[in-house]
Amino acid sequence: MTLTAEHATMPVLGRLPMHSSRAEQVAHIAEAARQIRIQDLKLVHYAGAGHIGGDFSAIDILATLYGAVLDISPETVHDPERDRFILSKGHVAGALYTTLAAFGFLPVQELATFLKPLSALNGHPNRNKVAGVEANTGPLGHGLPVAVGHALSAKLDVSLRRTYVLVGDGELQEGSNWEAMMAASQYQLDRLTVIVDRNRLQQGATTKETNDLDPLPDKAAAFGFAVVEVNGHDHGELLDVLSAVPFRPGKPTFVIAHTHKGHPISFMSNNVAWHHRVPDAAEFEQALKELK
Amino acid sequence: MTVLETRSIADQPRYDCRDAYVETLAQLAEADHRIVGVVNDSVGSSKLNSFRKAFPDRLINVGIAEQDMVGVASGLANGGRIPFVSAASCFLTARALEQIKADVAYSNTNVKLCGMSPGVAYGELGPTHHSIEDIAWLRAIANMTVIVPADPIETAAALRWAAAVDGPVFIRVSRMSVPKVYADDYSFELGKAITVREGNDVTLISNGTVLWRALAAAEQLAAEGISARVLSMPTVKPLDTEAVVAAARETAGIVTAEEAVAAGGLGGAVAETVVQQHPARVTILGFPEFAPTGSAGYLLDRYGLSADGIADAARELVRTGS
Repeated sequence: MTLTAEHATMPVLGRLPMHSSRAEQVAHIAEAARQIRIQDLKLVHYAGAGHIGGDFSAIDILATLYGAVLDISPETVHDPERDRFILSKGHVAGALYTTLAAFGFLPVQELATFLKPLSALNGHPNRNKVAGVEANTGPLGHGLPVAVGHALSAKLDVSLRRTYVLVGDGELQEGSNWEAMMAASQYQLDRLTVIVDRNRLQQGATTKETNDLDPLPDKAAAFGFAVVEVNGHDHGELLDVLSAVPFRPGKPTFVIAHTHKGHPISFMSNNVAWHHRVPDAAEFEQALKELK
Repeated sequence: MTVLETRSIADQPRYDCRDAYVETLAQLAEADHRIVGVVNDSVGSSKLNSFRKAFPDRLINVGIAEQDMVGVASGLANGGRIPFVSAASCFLTARALEQIKADVAYSNTNVKLCGMSPGVAYGELGPTHHSIEDIAWLRAIANMTVIVPADPIETAAALRWAAAVDGPVFIRVSRMSVPKVYADDYSFELGKAITVREGNDVTLISNGTVLWRALAAAEQLAAEGISARVLSMPTVKPLDTEAVVAAARETAGIVTAEEAVAAGGLGGAVAETVVQQHPARVTILGFPEFAPTGSAGYLLDRYGLSADGIADAARELVRTGS
């Protein structure tokens, strides 16, 4: 079975009205995340490819950013003063496309083209093809330096626009990130927020078994960042933390979001096999049931 | 031109193209607040001290971190700035090649990459510091424009052109002293060869620090009754294929001469064109191997990139016929 328009059926949620209560916002994010996961599950299942484990790890963060944090909308997607979000772990493009569709940046029907010939929805995001994508990513260790450039340009403009970048934890093994962190600190880019999707798994093994990142909070602090740790699947915590940056004036923020690859699906969660495995029919039905 | 004039080109005052670079960059920055410099600790080697003094906030020094430097430039461009990345070409292009590919070229961001001291300018420092591969690497990347200016006038003109267009550009900025080849009213035109000397027996195609040597070679040949056309090819990509095909059709063959590896650069581009559009003889002069230590001038001579070496190659082409 291939991905067709009938499988791209998620509701477009849009933004809540201004001055919504925190409880309303959290509920909105939670429902968005649920819908995004259902659609992303279909995306990967029917396309026969994708990175569902990393998608599900990051979706609560993406839903919080687009649902309540980022000052950006489909109408302001090219406004120079928009906030910027860069998905550095570009292999979870499916999660980003589905999130953008959920918030009206991308026609939901277009999700049906994911990975098909000539689709704008490549396996890795392209800023010139998809409105809302700020950087072409895929090779790891690129998003953070680019985000530093965004934040620097905002600072030169004396603008209040913010830059958020989501990096995978395994991705932090790329040295370019640490070059960028030094520069972010040197230039006191306190409107830059790095969010680490800390699921502790990379492609084939744990980060600890591969090239251990710990003590990650200490390392980030030593590079001049204000470090905050959150439960990356708790929408309330994510909302509070990501809305409240910077935590220290003059310092960029480093949010370590503790997550599980494949969350919250029972047989995927924290299971390294689900880096880019595709759910078969039975697994698809089971996952769908768990998300309903 | 006469032989005497040829001697005079070699005897003319020499210029470091980096001076034209910094002077032009400052003029551009004065006129357009979007222009910023981005460097990897290379303020001195890019001669940007005066720029830093004039625009302290607009010279961004990320330290010795080339991958970050190019990524930062891409982000700056997204924020509406026009970054001129200025770093030794050997480190800029080799160390940040994936960033150049993904963050600049594939992303089609408005970043200008200025490869300083390219070729064998750092002769004595050895092959780690020679940047003879940069043209071949960058020419292979889609969306990337590759410009190799021959003198300070062309360097300034290419910079002005690059600042005015939206998109990725790579410009080589030489530190090896060269005489002026162009008059002050020269204006750069993308993808256009300039016939700097008419001729019908053989064609010399060159750019960068070797162009004036090709002109000197043409003078030697003229004294022997060989009429050599000299094409200046500042834009390696996109290449002026019409001029190349005309040369292939109208002369006995083509000699390319550049301060770069013999595979994949200007010579490669010319050969690809000729082979596909009008088969003709092409002799490619460049570096066939990692060069040994020695001054830039010594290395150019050693690998046939002197006036004598270029003239020898042209003579051989004419002698063996087409």
